[in-house]
Amino acid sequence: MQEHILSILIFFPALAAMLGFVVHKDSARAYGITVAAIEFFLSLWLWHLYDPMTSGMQFMEMAPLIPVFGINYLVGIDGISLFIIILATFFTLIGIASLTETRRVKDMIITLLFLEMTMIGVFAALDAIVFYVFWELSLVPMLYIIGAWGGPLRIYASVKFFLYTFTGSLVMLVGMLFMAYFYYQATGQWSFSLLEWYRLILPVNFQMWLFAAFFLGFAIKVPMFPFHTWLPYAHGQAPTIGSVILAAILLKMGTYAFVRFSLPLFPDASVAFMFPIAILAVIMIVYAAMVAYAQEDIKQVVAYSSVSHMGVIILGIFALNVEGISGSVFLMIGHGVVSGALFLLVGVLYDRRHTKLISEFGGIASVMPRYATIFGIMMMASVGLPLTINFVGEFLSLLGFYKQSHAYTLVAGTAIIVGAIYMLSAYKKVFFGTVTKEENKNLKDVNRTELLGLIPLVIVAIWLGVYPKPVLEPINNSVEAIVQLMHDKAQTPEAQKRIPNLAETGTMNSAQEAH
Amino acid sequence: MLEPINVSLASLNIMTLAPMLIAIVGALVILCIDLFKGGLHKSLYVMVSLLFLLLDLGAIIDFGNGFLKNGTVLGMFDVMLIDGLAIMAQIIIVVGSMLFIPLALTSKRFHEYNYPEYFALFLFMIAGFQFMVASDNLIMIFIGLETASLALYTLIALHNRSKSFEAAVKYFTMGALAAGFFAFGSMIFYAITGSVEINQIALALAKDEYANIGFVLIAVVFLLAAIGFKISMVPFHTWTPDVYEGSSAALAGYMSIVPKIAGFVVAMRLFEFLVHSGVVWLQVVLYVAVVVTMTASNIWALVQSDVKRMLAYSSISHAGFVMAAILIGTTQSNSGLFLYWALFSFTNLGAFTMLWVNRQKNLLPGQSSDHPYEKFAGMVKTMPMAAVVMALFMLSLAGVPPFGLFWGKMYMIGSAVTGGYTVLALIMALNSAIAAYYYLKLIVFMFMKEPMPGYEQGYLLNASLSLKTIIGIAAVGTIFAVFAVNPLLKVITLFVYNSGY
Repeated sequence: MQEHILSILIFFPALAAMLGFVVHKDSARAYGITVAAIEFFLSLWLWHLYDPMTSGMQFMEMAPLIPVFGINYLVGIDGISLFIIILATFFTLIGIASLTETRRVKDMIITLLFLEMTMIGVFAALDAIVFYVFWELSLVPMLYIIGAWGGPLRIYASVKFFLYTFTGSLVMLVGMLFMAYFYYQATGQWSFSLLEWYRLILPVNFQMWLFAAFFLGFAIKVPMFPFHTWLPYAHGQAPTIGSVILAAILLKMGTYAFVRFSLPLFPDASVAFMFPIAILAVIMIVYAAMVAYAQEDIKQVVAYSSVSHMGVIILGIFALNVEGISGSVFLMIGHGVVSGALFLLVGVLYDRRHTKLISEFGGIASVMPRYATIFGIMMMASVGLPLTINFVGEFLSLLGFYKQSHAYTLVAGTAIIVGAIYMLSAYKKVFFGTVTKEENKNLKDVNRTELLGLIPLVIVAIWLGVYPKPVLEPINNSVEAIVQLMHDKAQTPEAQKRIPNLAETGTMNSAQEAH
Repeated sequence: MLEPINVSLASLNIMTLAPMLIAIVGALVILCIDLFKGGLHKSLYVMVSLLFLLLDLGAIIDFGNGFLKNGTVLGMFDVMLIDGLAIMAQIIIVVGSMLFIPLALTSKRFHEYNYPEYFALFLFMIAGFQFMVASDNLIMIFIGLETASLALYTLIALHNRSKSFEAAVKYFTMGALAAGFFAFGSMIFYAITGSVEINQIALALAKDEYANIGFVLIAVVFLLAAIGFKISMVPFHTWTPDVYEGSSAALAGYMSIVPKIAGFVVAMRLFEFLVHSGVVWLQVVLYVAVVVTMTASNIWALVQSDVKRMLAYSSISHAGFVMAAILIGTTQSNSGLFLYWALFSFTNLGAFTMLWVNRQKNLLPGQSSDHPYEKFAGMVKTMPMAAVVMALFMLSLAGVPPFGLFWGKMYMIGSAVTGGYTVLALIMALNSAIAAYYYLKLIVFMFMKEPMPGYEQGYLLNASLSLKTIIGIAAVGTIFAVFAVNPLLKVITLFVYNSGY
C-alpha cells in the first residue's frame, strides 16, 4: 500500500465523492467530514513515511496512459509538494468541518471532495499533461462553488475566474507541447515527464519564449499584477469555503508551478526575467497593500492582503537561491494557513450579520472576546510578527532576494512593514471603540463548531513560527537539489553567477552528501 | 467494327463494393418489407437498419485486416480505392449511424419515423457517403456526394415542421450550388490534366511543374468552395445554423458528424498533394480559411440565444479546427484529424441527444425556438443527473481535460507545433478559450440559475430506454476517452501512414 499511497491520496476523495451521491442529504456533512478526516490522516501518514533526508522524488508511481505520445501517469513528491498536499487535505477537512452553508449541502460536499482530488493531483503530478489535467479540472468545482453559492455578482465572478485561468493555461499547454517536441527532437522519443525534461538544456532564445508561455499560465493563477483582476471578484462573491480554499490552496498552484516548472526547466530565462518579475512582484506588494487600505469591505481587505503576500512569495522564488526559494515555499504554507484562517474568520462575522462592511462594525472585541483574540493572533501572523508562521517565510524570502538586489528588497521589506498599517487599522475599526450599532450588541461569540476549525489553525500558525524546522528542513533539502540543477544547466555567464553553486561552496547539507 | 471489351471478372474486384452494397440491400429490404405488410412499428425498421449496419461494419473491418496485410486495394476499373483513409472514415460513418438510428425510438411519436422510407433513405445515404470516401475518382466522389445529399435533404424535410421545409429547401439550393462548383472544379482539372483521378492529376501537374497554375488555382477555389459547403467552412457556412435549427436535434447531431468526415476525407485527398506542392498561394488560401472559420464562428456562437444554434456554430468552429490538420499535412496531423473526429462524434452526438431528449411537442407561449437557454435554467435542481451529463458534454466540447475532446485538441495543437505552425497553434489554443465561454454559458444556466416556470414539464419527455442508452454510451465514451486514445492513435497512425498521408 505504501507504494501506491499517492494514488490513493489522489483518487480516494473522488471515489468518495461518487459514493457521496448515494448518501442522504441530512448526513452529507458527516460523511464529508469523515472522508476528509481519513484523507487528512492518510496525508499525515505520508509525511511519516517521507524520508526528509532525501532530496529527490519519493513514492513515485508510473502507469502508461498514452505511451505513443509520451504521456504517462507519473506521480511523486518531494519536500516542496509534501507540505502543500498536507495543507490541502488539512484545509478541506477544516473547510467541511466549519461549513455553515445550509443550501444544498450535499452538492457542496461532493464538489469539495472532487476539488480535493484535483488539488492533490496538481501537487503530485510529475507528468506535464497529468499536471495540466488536474490544473484545468480544478477550475470546474471552483466555478460551481462560486457560481452557485456566491453573492449577487456570482455568475460574472465565476465565469471571469474560469475564462481568465483557462486562457492562460491554454497558452501554457502550447508551451508544454513545444517542450515535448524539443524532447522529441533531442532524443527521438515523445515524453511529457518532468524529470526527463529536467535533463534537457535548451537554447537560450527558446527558453525565453517557453518561459513566457508558462509564465502566462502561472501568473494568472497566482495572480500576479497585472493579471490579478479576477481575484477580488472571485473572493468578493465566493462563499466563505470558496475563498478559504482559493486563497489557501488554489493560488499556491501558480507559485508551486514556478518552482516546479519555470526555474529548473529555464534557468537562463529565469535569470533574464528575474528583475522584470521582481518589479512586478514589488508593484504587487505595494499596490495591493495600498488598495487594501482603501477597501470598505473587510473581506476585500483580506483578499488584497493575500495578493500582497503572494508578491513576497514570487520575490522569494525569483531570488533563485536556496534561502529565497525555501522561504517562499514555507511562506506558501504560512500564507495558506493565515489567509485561510482570516477568510474563515470573516465568514464567522458574515454569518452573524450578513454584511462585510467595516463601517457596520466597531467595538466587536467587547461583544465577542474569543473571536477578537483569534482574529488578533491571525492578523499578527498575517503582518509577519516574529514567532508567527509568516515571519519565517517572509524573512527568508527577503533574505534570499537581498543577495540579488539590495534596493528591491528594501522597497519590498518596507512595504511589508508599512502594510501592517492596513491590517491594524481595519482591526481597530472593527474591534475597538464603542459598539455603535444596535445589531452588534447581542452577537454570539464563536461557537464550538467554529472553534474546532480555528483552534488548529492558531496552533499551527504559532507552532511553525516558533519551531519551523520539521517543515523547513525537508523543503530545504529539495530546494537545494533544484538550485544545484539550475546551476548545472545554466549557460549564460550571468546565470552562472546569479545561481549559486552549492556543490562548490559546500553549503550542501552534509547528510545529503552521504546519500 | 469495335473490339469487344474483354475484362476478367477477377480484375474487377467486385468485393470492394461489398460494404456499400450491404447498405443498399438493407434499404431495399426495408422497402420490400413495407411492400408486403404496411403499418409496421418503427422499432422493426430500426432494428433491421441496425443489423445491416452491423454487417456493413463487419465488412469494413474485414477490409481493415486485409489492408494491414496487403495494402491498398483497387477495384471496379480503379474507381474504387480502399485505403486506410477510406476504411477509417467508413468506420466513423457506420458507427456514427449506428449510434444515431436508435434515436428514432423516442417515447413521443414523431411524424417521420412512421415512414419506412425514412430508414431506406437513411441507408442509401450511408452508402452514398461510403462511396464518397472510398474513391479518388472525382466523378465517383461527385455521385456519392449527391446520392447522400439528396437523401439527406429528404430526411430533413420529413420532420414536418414549417422550419424543416425551410431548412430542407435552403440546404438543397445551397447543396445544388456546391454540386455545380464541384463539377466545375473537376472539369478544369480534367481539362488541364486529362484525368479525373486525383493521383493522376497530381502526377500530371507535377510533371509539367504546375505550368497552368492559374487554372489550378481556379479549380482549387471551386473545389474548396464545394467542399467548404459540405463541411460548412466560413464563408460557405450560412446554411448550417438554419438547417440545424429546422431539423430534429438528432438529425442535426448526425449532420455535424457523418457528412463532415466524408468531406474531410475528400479534402484530404484533394488538398494534401496541393499543400505539399510548394505553391505558397494555396497554403495561404487554406490558412486564411481555417483561421477565419475557427474564429468567426466562435464569435457568432457567443451571441446565440438558442442552444441548438450555438451547437451549430460550435460545430462549424470544430470543423475549422480540424481543417487545420489538412493545412499542416503531416502524418501526425492527419492522424489527429481522425482521432479528433472519433472523439468529437461521441461528445457531440451526446450533446445533441440531450437536446433531443428534452424536445417538447409544442412551444410555450413566448418561446421563440425549441431549445432556448432559459429552458435549461436551474436544471440541476429539477433533473440533477441530466444536468451533470449535459455539463459533461459541454466541458468536453470546451476541451477541459480529461474529457474526450481534450485529447483530440491536444494532439491537433501538438501536430501544429511539430509541423512548424507555431502561430496557428496559438490561434487554435486561443480559440478554444473563446469557445469555452459559450459552452460555459449553458453550464451557468443549468447550475447557477433558478428554474423558469413553465418548462418543468419539458424535460426528458422523449427519454426512452434506447435514447438513455445512447446518452450513456456517449457519456462513458467521453469520460473514459483517455484510455481509448492510445489504442486509437496506434491504429489510426498505422492506417494513415500506410495510405501515404
